[in-house]
Amino acid sequence: MSRILAVDDSNSMREMVAFTLRSAGFDVAEAPDGAEALELARKEKFRLVLCDVNMPRMDGISLVKALRELPDYKFTPLLMLTTESGPEKKQEGRAAGATGWLVKPFNPEQLISTINKVIG
Amino acid sequence: MSGIDLARFHQTFFDESAEGLDAMEASLLKLTPDSADAETINGIFRAAHSIKGGAATFGFAAVADFTHLLETLLDRLRAGTRAITPVDIDVLLRSVDVLRSLLDFARAGRVDDATLAEGLSAELRALLDGPASAGAEKTAPRADKPAAGWKIHFAPHAGLFASGNDPLRILRELQRLGECRVVATLDTLPALDDLVAETCYLAWDVELRAACDRDDVAEVFAWVEDECALAIEPLTTAGPVPAPPPASVAQAAPPANAGTAAPVRVDSGSIRVATEKIDNLVNLVGELVITQAMLQQLAGSLDPVQHERLFTGLSQLERNTRSIQEAVMATRMLPVDFVFSRFPRMVRDLAGKLGKQVRLVTSGEQTEIDKGVIERISDPLTHLVRNAIDHGIETPEARAEAGKETTGTMRLSASHQGGHIVVEVADDGRGLDRARILAKAAERGLSVSESMTDAEVWQLIFAPGFSTAAALTDVSGRGVGMDVVKKNIEALNGVVEVASETGRGMRVTIRLPLTLAILDGMSVAVGDQVFILPLGAVVESLQPLPEQVKRMAQQGTVVRVRNEYLPLVDLREWFGLPGTKAAPHESIVVIVEAESRKLALQIDDLVGQQQVVIKSLEANYRRVRGVSGATILGDGRVALIVDVSAVVRLFSQPLAA
Repeated sequence: MSRILAVDDSNSMREMVAFTLRSAGFDVAEAPDGAEALELARKEKFRLVLCDVNMPRMDGISLVKALRELPDYKFTPLLMLTTESGPEKKQEGRAAGATGWLVKPFNPEQLISTINKVIG
Repeated sequence: MSGIDLARFHQTFFDESAEGLDAMEASLLKLTPDSADAETINGIFRAAHSIKGGAATFGFAAVADFTHLLETLLDRLRAGTRAITPVDIDVLLRSVDVLRSLLDFARAGRVDDATLAEGLSAELRALLDGPASAGAEKTAPRADKPAAGWKIHFAPHAGLFASGNDPLRILRELQRLGECRVVATLDTLPALDDLVAETCYLAWDVELRAACDRDDVAEVFAWVEDECALAIEPLTTAGPVPAPPPASVAQAAPPANAGTAAPVRVDSGSIRVATEKIDNLVNLVGELVITQAMLQQLAGSLDPVQHERLFTGLSQLERNTRSIQEAVMATRMLPVDFVFSRFPRMVRDLAGKLGKQVRLVTSGEQTEIDKGVIERISDPLTHLVRNAIDHGIETPEARAEAGKETTGTMRLSASHQGGHIVVEVADDGRGLDRARILAKAAERGLSVSESMTDAEVWQLIFAPGFSTAAALTDVSGRGVGMDVVKKNIEALNGVVEVASETGRGMRVTIRLPLTLAILDGMSVAVGDQVFILPLGAVVESLQPLPEQVKRMAQQGTVVRVRNEYLPLVDLREWFGLPGTKAAPHESIVVIVEAESRKLALQIDDLVGQQQVVIKSLEANYRRVRGVSGATILGDGRVALIVDVSAVVRLFSQPLAA
């Protein structure tokens, strides 16, 4: 089973996401920003990418855009972690090719149920 | 999934928040209304955003609420809808302080104290023109009554697949809400030859028989609402309403092997290690060094030819031991930037308070020093910087009058020099005032003379309670200060030097050992005991002539060395060791200096100079006056390290008596 890629510049959030997904039996790879995520995604085909919006080097929107241009990621679920205050970010994310989003703050249960919704 | 305790991520959150706040502060200090580049503001925004996200996720409401306000302001600055003003920068900087306190509260496990952020929250709201509209965009709950079910028409746009969405999953999602009758519409399906596999041609009509809210249904389509034609209407045809399915979406069971995957950290090239683990390692290496020295000493009595292989092994052991010792010490090293980074903020605040213009220039921030040393030079350095800004650097007017640039410069630098680290604090202010220091010293009853060299005069500022500031300010000194600085540095076996030029500024140079765990010592013998004197405190050693030694009425024995009378302390007497007391001119006298005072120590013999591993006497035995620690010699004996400062304090009189 291929892995999930969790991208967030915040160590605590990334740890939480990765730990939760691993506890639910998924294999997870981690990246601290869009640029590194893209690098990883070029080497390995992930079954789902979960990314934060605000990140240094390459933000989430640019990452989604770049991933969608890769043949391997044409239809891969790409989820963004957004905040409640960003309807325009959701719009931007959708325009970039994001599959959907998960609104912060979320708890491990919500995370798992969203992931299951997409690849369950 | 309720098995996941979010508390396990708290430490990481606190650590990264502290780092984020430091970065925010550093960027804010670089920010001026004229030089507000987008990337800097973006960086500040990201840091605030991360803290907010983490705080909300991990349940620190006060932090999340406050950061939300901060983030709103930053977002406007970032989007350019608000021009950055000095007031903004000031409020943002104070926000960083408030966040630090809030996080400290949270870290200490105390209830978030809302009052902590109250004042600044109000200021932020004022900047944002009225109360923040947080939560205003929360959708009002729609009043649709749960109907018998819902009739849904779902016609995705042709490009739906390109967003990674899949109608099949959406339909499955609907099924979790209740029983569905799904009919596909094939109207737009082209002939097979014309069919493009990546295009979505189908549409669906669904009858969902479930007593759920309209929002629950809309939620399923939330990700695709812009990419489809969607109609959700109450089901009119009455029918039996089935019970909700046993497993609702929110309780979806995780895959069977939940919990088997161990969390493996894959990120970065560094790990966090508790300091005590490293200290333990340092201790163990110290033991290893001692064992190695012991073996070496034992082997000394063997014939090198007969035991050639043993000797080869021993010298290899020595090399390896040294390497491992250096490597372990290196793990305790931190860049001096850990201390330097606090000064931009302090300099800015202080200069503002005193109406001065000060530019801070730092260099050598990457120079590494032992963590223990770093922690203990931070206060002395703070003191020196405060002093320099308060007393050294003049007001812009005074500087202009003196023909200097109105903005003063503070320089903080660090560098390695031999086995030492040298930290310099320099300013281009008015420098020390020789006449005033002499007058003040005389007033305080210190013996001074006009013939003293500049260097000797500058040393006077380290005398206890010495201050020449015309008026006391609340910024630096009430006369406490430089003496404490010197004491702290000497406690680290360091040395402080001052250079000054009237009207051009002054420079304080601090020379420190690289580590606290190892000491450059001079071993001296008294009877069959060996003592270690810190090399930094040793001035010279000599064998006095009988006429150099005098008994003074109230001061005991003194030795005259180049016109100075130094109290003579017999280490044998001081430590109450057996053996007959020798006449000073038949023994050796070591002149030591600490806290600007000198003292002569009478010993039997000089043994040599060596690096010793410092062991705490307090931790292994108990505190002994006049002894700062102990070490184990190559032959296994324990040698006490003399606390020169303590001995000097008890016996000496001020320098230049």
